[in-house]
Amino acid sequence: MGTGAVVTWRDTFRTATEAVRTHRLRSALTMLGILIGITAVVLTVGLGQGAKAKVRDQINELGTNVLVVSPGSTTSSTGSRGGFGSASTLTTQDAAALGDKQAAPDITAVAPASTTSVSLVYGTTNWTTTLTGTTPGWKDVRSRGVTTGRFITAADQKSAAPVVVLGPDTVSQLFNSVDPIGKMVTYNGVQLQVIGVLTPLSSNEATSNNDLAIVPISTYAQKLVGGSNRDSVSSIYVKATSAGTLSAAYQEADTLLLNRHKITTATSADFSIATQQSILTAATSVDNTLTVMLAGIAIIALLVGGIGVMNIMLVSVTERIREIGLRKSLGARPRLIRRQFLVEASLLGLAGGVLGVTLGLLGAVLLPQFTDSRVIVSVPASIGAIAMAMGIGVVFGVYPATRAARLAPIDALRSE
Amino acid sequence: MSPSNPDELDTPAVIELVDVTKIYSTGQLEVAALRGVSIRIEENEFVAITGPSGSGKSTLMQILGCLDVPTAGTFRLSGHDVSSFDEDQLADVRNLFIGFVFQQFNLLAYMSAWRNVELPLMYSGVHPAERRERALAALDKVGLADRARHKPGELSGGQQQRVAVARALDTEPAMILADEPTGNLDSTSTADVLDLFHELNREGRTIVLITHEHDIAARAQRIINIRDGNVWPLATADTAWARVPS
Repeated sequence: MGTGAVVTWRDTFRTATEAVRTHRLRSALTMLGILIGITAVVLTVGLGQGAKAKVRDQINELGTNVLVVSPGSTTSSTGSRGGFGSASTLTTQDAAALGDKQAAPDITAVAPASTTSVSLVYGTTNWTTTLTGTTPGWKDVRSRGVTTGRFITAADQKSAAPVVVLGPDTVSQLFNSVDPIGKMVTYNGVQLQVIGVLTPLSSNEATSNNDLAIVPISTYAQKLVGGSNRDSVSSIYVKATSAGTLSAAYQEADTLLLNRHKITTATSADFSIATQQSILTAATSVDNTLTVMLAGIAIIALLVGGIGVMNIMLVSVTERIREIGLRKSLGARPRLIRRQFLVEASLLGLAGGVLGVTLGLLGAVLLPQFTDSRVIVSVPASIGAIAMAMGIGVVFGVYPATRAARLAPIDALRSE
Repeated sequence: MSPSNPDELDTPAVIELVDVTKIYSTGQLEVAALRGVSIRIEENEFVAITGPSGSGKSTLMQILGCLDVPTAGTFRLSGHDVSSFDEDQLADVRNLFIGFVFQQFNLLAYMSAWRNVELPLMYSGVHPAERRERALAALDKVGLADRARHKPGELSGGQQQRVAVARALDTEPAMILADEPTGNLDSTSTADVLDLFHELNREGRTIVLITHEHDIAARAQRIINIRDGNVWPLATADTAWARVPS
């Protein structure tokens, strides 16, 4: 007696590809479902990765080895703990204390900062930007310089001079092609002389770090914004001497501020210190949630595509009932028929997956042209998507293939 | 009832049915399509199985073709008792011992003639190069060597049926089982295909032809007439048709 199931995979693949090629329209429609699902998966995951990368870049633009001290603190049980009213618990004196090399040897530079959104006017042009009041130390902490002119100095700080340093994007918006140095911009009736232009950050996208206006914090508090406590600041940037001393700098800043604020238990601190890593984690956790949600929707789309495969494979089995009957009468064992249909389904899945990833990559190139979102499609993600598409084909091909295998050859042959 | 008693012969017959019964159950209703049929077909015979529709002729063909198994009784094909074979074993038997020819030709439209002919060889695990060689030889045998690369749609009905005969031939089966092979053919093509069967029979092939047409059956050496699920023992076609009203 013969061995029967000796048909090679090569023959099975040939038969399956022939069947796929013969029923072009049907194969194309089957693939379409998978294609859309895979494209959706690739794009949503890519968008999530892109958003994370964008946040990471922006946080890196803070400079290297930077700690950010913010007023108030967050605790897991009580939410935000701030000072009374809207008054900030951080002051310029706190910043000065952190700059003490004796008390905090691992801190190399400190810059208090208060920011607000303002509308600057030059001639007939006005532009809304972020106004930051800070000290000369800012450019060391944030690793920035000026391309033309100069940065604010201790003298400017002392005299609360009406001077401003602008970001490169701000300059191009306000001044077009005019040389800004020495020109006067107006905010709230106060004239500020432009003394310098910051070096642009080499970023892929427009970033708020290229569009800003910097004034001495004394000018900020006394002449421009004011407030109930003129010494209060909205944050203090602290730069550690190196990456290795970052945690030491963190400890020094924490101890110093706790002492200055006369707080004995660390848990009731009225300030919080964030590292770039912790900011990144907080920022990306939101993105992660969104990505998971979107990917969930995309996977549902993929499942619908898979059901489409099953649907059309079932139609295919019914339509090719005579072919199945014939193959069985010629000696094809049931499991061989099943294998043939499974290979067919997985080929459709594979083709849909490859096309879906291609379309996803195309979307990853095109989408950033029309929106400000970045899409990152990695090689492992693409391979994973293709494997997933093939898997969907196999999983949803099992039932139709089993049905085909179970057909009685004679019923299959007799059907018209 | 059978034309000869199987126990009297030593060599295994190609087909040996002993008291074969086939009962179809549809819900509570049981229909006996075959009621204790015993048939023996020797090697190199050319037998026609005839009978009106509903006679059990189709059921007999299914059992002979190993497309179905009997409810009771024994079916030996070339000495192998296939009555209780499972699906895989039946598939192997069909592949190795039976060459099918159908009324509808049943060629795969998207494959060329020679690819259709090599299909059963693929299922027996013959190497591709040998498959091609044997398929082309079989096509040559039926006089269609020059049509090897044509698709079924490009061939006439008679040519398509000859391709189907070539497909039935190339596994060297114990018998060729033809189910109404001329049902869809004009008279010229019918004659061609019947001539082909006769030629194959002269070369030593066993041919079992199932038909309801008198003149087709008349060309066989022996006629087995089925009515009401039983064999009517008739010696010649003439007497058969005299007794069976059509």
